[in-house]
Amino acid sequence: MNIYVVMKRTFDTEEKVEINDGIIDEEGAEFVINPYDEYAIEEAIVLKEAHGGEITVVTVGNEDAEKELRTALAMGADQAVLLDTEDLDGEIDHYTISEMLSAFFQDKEYDIILGGNVAVDDGAGQVAPRLAEKLEINQLTTITKLDIDGESAYIERDVEGDVEIVEANLPLLVTCQQGLNEPRYPSLPGIMKAKKKPLETLDLDDLDLDEDDLEAKTRTVDRFLPPEKDAGKRLEGEPHEQVQELMSLLKNEAKVI
Amino acid sequence: MNYNISEENEQMRMMVKNFVENEVEPYAQEIEEEDDIPQHLVDQAKELGLFGLSIPEEYGGIGLDTVGKCIVYEQLGRTHNGYVSLIGAHTGIGTTGLVRLASERLKQKYLPDLAAGKKIGCFALSEPGAGSDATNLGTTAEKKGDKWIVNGTKHFITNAPIADVFTVFALTDKEKGAKGGITAFVIEKDFPGVTVGKPDKKMGLKGSHTSQVVFEDCEVPEENVIGEVGMGYVSALTILGEGRVGLAARSVGSSKKLIDLSMEYAEERKQFGKPISKQQAIQWMLADMETETEAAKTMTYRAAWLIDQGEKAIKESSMAKLFATETYNNVADKAVQIHGGMGYMAEYPAERFYRDARITKIYEGTNEIQRLIISKEMLKGS
Repeated sequence: MNIYVVMKRTFDTEEKVEINDGIIDEEGAEFVINPYDEYAIEEAIVLKEAHGGEITVVTVGNEDAEKELRTALAMGADQAVLLDTEDLDGEIDHYTISEMLSAFFQDKEYDIILGGNVAVDDGAGQVAPRLAEKLEINQLTTITKLDIDGESAYIERDVEGDVEIVEANLPLLVTCQQGLNEPRYPSLPGIMKAKKKPLETLDLDDLDLDEDDLEAKTRTVDRFLPPEKDAGKRLEGEPHEQVQELMSLLKNEAKVI
Repeated sequence: MNYNISEENEQMRMMVKNFVENEVEPYAQEIEEEDDIPQHLVDQAKELGLFGLSIPEEYGGIGLDTVGKCIVYEQLGRTHNGYVSLIGAHTGIGTTGLVRLASERLKQKYLPDLAAGKKIGCFALSEPGAGSDATNLGTTAEKKGDKWIVNGTKHFITNAPIADVFTVFALTDKEKGAKGGITAFVIEKDFPGVTVGKPDKKMGLKGSHTSQVVFEDCEVPEENVIGEVGMGYVSALTILGEGRVGLAARSVGSSKKLIDLSMEYAEERKQFGKPISKQQAIQWMLADMETETEAAKTMTYRAAWLIDQGEKAIKESSMAKLFATETYNNVADKAVQIHGGMGYMAEYPAERFYRDARITKIYEGTNEIQRLIISKEMLKGS
């Protein structure tokens, strides 16, 4: 089975985000594999354990992302590919990334491509569905269960808290939702082995792409943190007095009734 | 000068840090109350390869260098010390003798199972009459045909209640004593004549058990001698020497964790209308804790690096053990002080670390013995 995982390097979700002049300050921050992509990597390993085959992890980014690719290799992927954005001067958006991925997949044979439901940094959830559209293959998002039998896949999806059961044919792209599995930690022997596994870097020329074709379709106008929450208001007195005060506040201050 | 660590060491650091924080730490309180480490946490450590970190790759381990080991131990030190003690006694003194000094035959026989954690190792040197004076052994081994007959009592043996493979030191020539009269043996728990006592009741390190081990006419095959007959005291010093930086690294990790806990508490706890972290008295304690811990960390990794360069680093390892363990105790004391009354309560981890810190100044060579080693090295040749 040819298994591919598309993944992203993101801010550690426990990091405090600081914004200076509309740009997120990355100084000293820890980076991790996007947690939803970890589900995708884990599921790829489970598939390989059940059906055999090879796992390739792919990411779009700069050389810093090699660290996260190595972690995926340490978890159990067989090879990694970095699609290098070094030649791109302008802004990079979901269009740019999915175009690069799609160029990479043009000459590849794949049975399944797995990705995360969303990336925890911008939460757009665009890249994987765009990629499936470009490749003209089936896609199912937010999956919580995956069984493959021959050419068909039995899938459970999380649809706003309910479960939808779908059968689909390979080749297929899925995005993984929390609940699908429990990602493993890379073991110490896995980390040592990962050093020797292939990690290939491809630039725009290798992908037969031109910088002009990758120009972002969106522009970020501003970034800001949510306003800090004010302390709540405590009402005092007898219950009927509190009710009266609450009514008055809702009418006059919050102006909701 | 280069203070950067390699990419794979950084990955190991992240993995152990996340594993400890997400999987082990939630059970810290339970380990403390039950005096038992849940089996699944031990199994997880085995799956991650933590039991084989000091055993070479050809025997199924991963053969980390000393810096790599220290990175792993430092992160393990951030959680319940009983957990790191169980793993550390196995990967450190429990298997080092076999790795460094044993014959190929013994390595082939024991190391793969020890690396996988299928068997647990421990180190049996201390006796009621032989602590810091490790030469005063009462345990004897007498050669009879192709077997050695071992008799004697060991005590305070970490991991003994769960161990399968013991590295045991016995007197094989009373006349020669430490100078050629002590020999190291591998003894399996199932050899006839081995009795493991009940776990000792201790001040801390709950979940990690120590006990007495009695050898009564215990028959040990001739080939189970580790290294050369009569060279056991040198072997013991080699094994203990290698363990020192590991204990220093664990102490650094525990100190770092205590600093994090103290900062968190100081920012939450309000007195006189503001968080106590705004008080200079607290700020100065935090500054001292951080400074001492950073110094200990630098000493630890420098000693580890020297060992990886092929140096013996006897003085540097002893200084790292001495300073890092005293730092851990100082930091634990200040952490309890910052937590105030809450620091004395069992529900706050500072209380546990405070008790667990105390043993680090005593075991793997008391800090008095470390001072002895350091000054001896200083005065060599004078």
